[in-house]
Amino acid sequence: MAKSDVKVLGAWPSPFVMRARIALNIKSVDYEFLEETLGSKSELLLKSNPIHKKIPVLIHQDKPVCESLIIVHYVDEVWSSGPSILPSDPYDRAVARFWAAYLDEKWFPSMRGMASAQGEEAKKAAVDQFVEGLNLMEDAYVKLSKGKPFFGGDKIGYLDIAFGCFLAWLRVTEKTSGMKLLDEARTPHLAKWAVSFCADPAVKDVMPETEKLAEFAKLLAKFKPAPPK
Amino acid sequence: MAEEVKLLKTWSSLFGLRIVWALKLKGIQFDSIDEDLTNKSPLLLQYNPVYKKVPVLVHNGKSISESLVIIEYIDETWKQNPLLSQDPYEKAMARFWAKFGDDKVLSSIWSVFINQGKEQEEALQVAMENLKLLEENLKGKKFFGGEKIGFLDLALGWLANLICVLEELSDIKIIDKERFPLLLGWMQEFSQAPLINESWPPREKLLTKFQIMRENQSL
Repeated sequence: MAKSDVKVLGAWPSPFVMRARIALNIKSVDYEFLEETLGSKSELLLKSNPIHKKIPVLIHQDKPVCESLIIVHYVDEVWSSGPSILPSDPYDRAVARFWAAYLDEKWFPSMRGMASAQGEEAKKAAVDQFVEGLNLMEDAYVKLSKGKPFFGGDKIGYLDIAFGCFLAWLRVTEKTSGMKLLDEARTPHLAKWAVSFCADPAVKDVMPETEKLAEFAKLLAKFKPAPPK
Repeated sequence: MAEEVKLLKTWSSLFGLRIVWALKLKGIQFDSIDEDLTNKSPLLLQYNPVYKKVPVLVHNGKSISESLVIIEYIDETWKQNPLLSQDPYEKAMARFWAKFGDDKVLSSIWSVFINQGKEQEEALQVAMENLKLLEENLKGKKFFGGEKIGFLDLALGWLANLICVLEELSDIKIIDKERFPLLLGWMQEFSQAPLINESWPPREKLLTKFQIMRENQSL
């Protein structure tokens, strides 16, 4: 397929953009990565995602697909001859989708909440939600991986992508808060899984280095004093 | 193998209603259990320990939560009368708009309902913009799914019933004929469709429930 057939509008720090890129990498699909500049939105972005004006956007044969998890589904379904991203069994798919939605609706906001929460109580609530989430994911990993290295089994799959994309920001949060969040003592399986995930060929070139992301986080804090959405 | 399908919901749950419709459209026999959310059953706590919310589908002892996840599970498990297109792009669009409905439309309409004065006017503007997008989606179609009811119709189906209830209680017309002829047309077609029409919660009970919710919001 011609490279210009597939474009991803995004930015290297975004975990959601990473999901789209990992999915395409799993399928060995060549794509053009069009990076948005911090602080402005390109014409193409505004045209392709007029409703939310957010990244990532996948543009395939001039048709835009928005929302990272919807993009991952789309990539899995279009390039169906490549390695599968979603599990094949409907129940396993439902469980993976459930946890991906949980991560987006509850867990990731709590990670952001830890940095932006005002006051001790709010901060503690965010930390508690975050730690509870990790414990839930540890249990989910044990159940779903069935002794294999990933949530998806032998290879990385939907839930690995949905969760693993947050690892760089998790490490930055550990750095800035001084807290050990992904703790081998508390969640030994996740700690091991994180290493395997980051080393995966589909992941390692799109996972930001912690230092670089930490610098970006400082820049972001100056640029947007209010907590980003 | 004898299938055992149970649905945990409440009598008024909009999200539970989606699952009732999906199961009925597929012709699946199921047991319905109406929960009292002020006194959650051990079954609910067992089957949805993370959120402790309805709806929950239990199929041969395995539980699935989150209504849109449940609908996709139903569509993938029982292949008759498909709810989602086979085309990946059409699927992506249906999923996108369903998420838009839950994330934006529902909350914007709720804002109109619970606010007064200037805040209500502003909320109305936002709701109208969101509804305009749905109106555009219906161009040339009888249902969001095309000729037949599909995934997106079930995801947005709450509009077809709840809007009238909220409009009556707040005395504001949100979906008017001039601005939203297609949406109004769809609301009628959908709410009167077989299997859909027999499942609506009792209107008087809904009016009472939402009136109370509205009063509690302004306390």
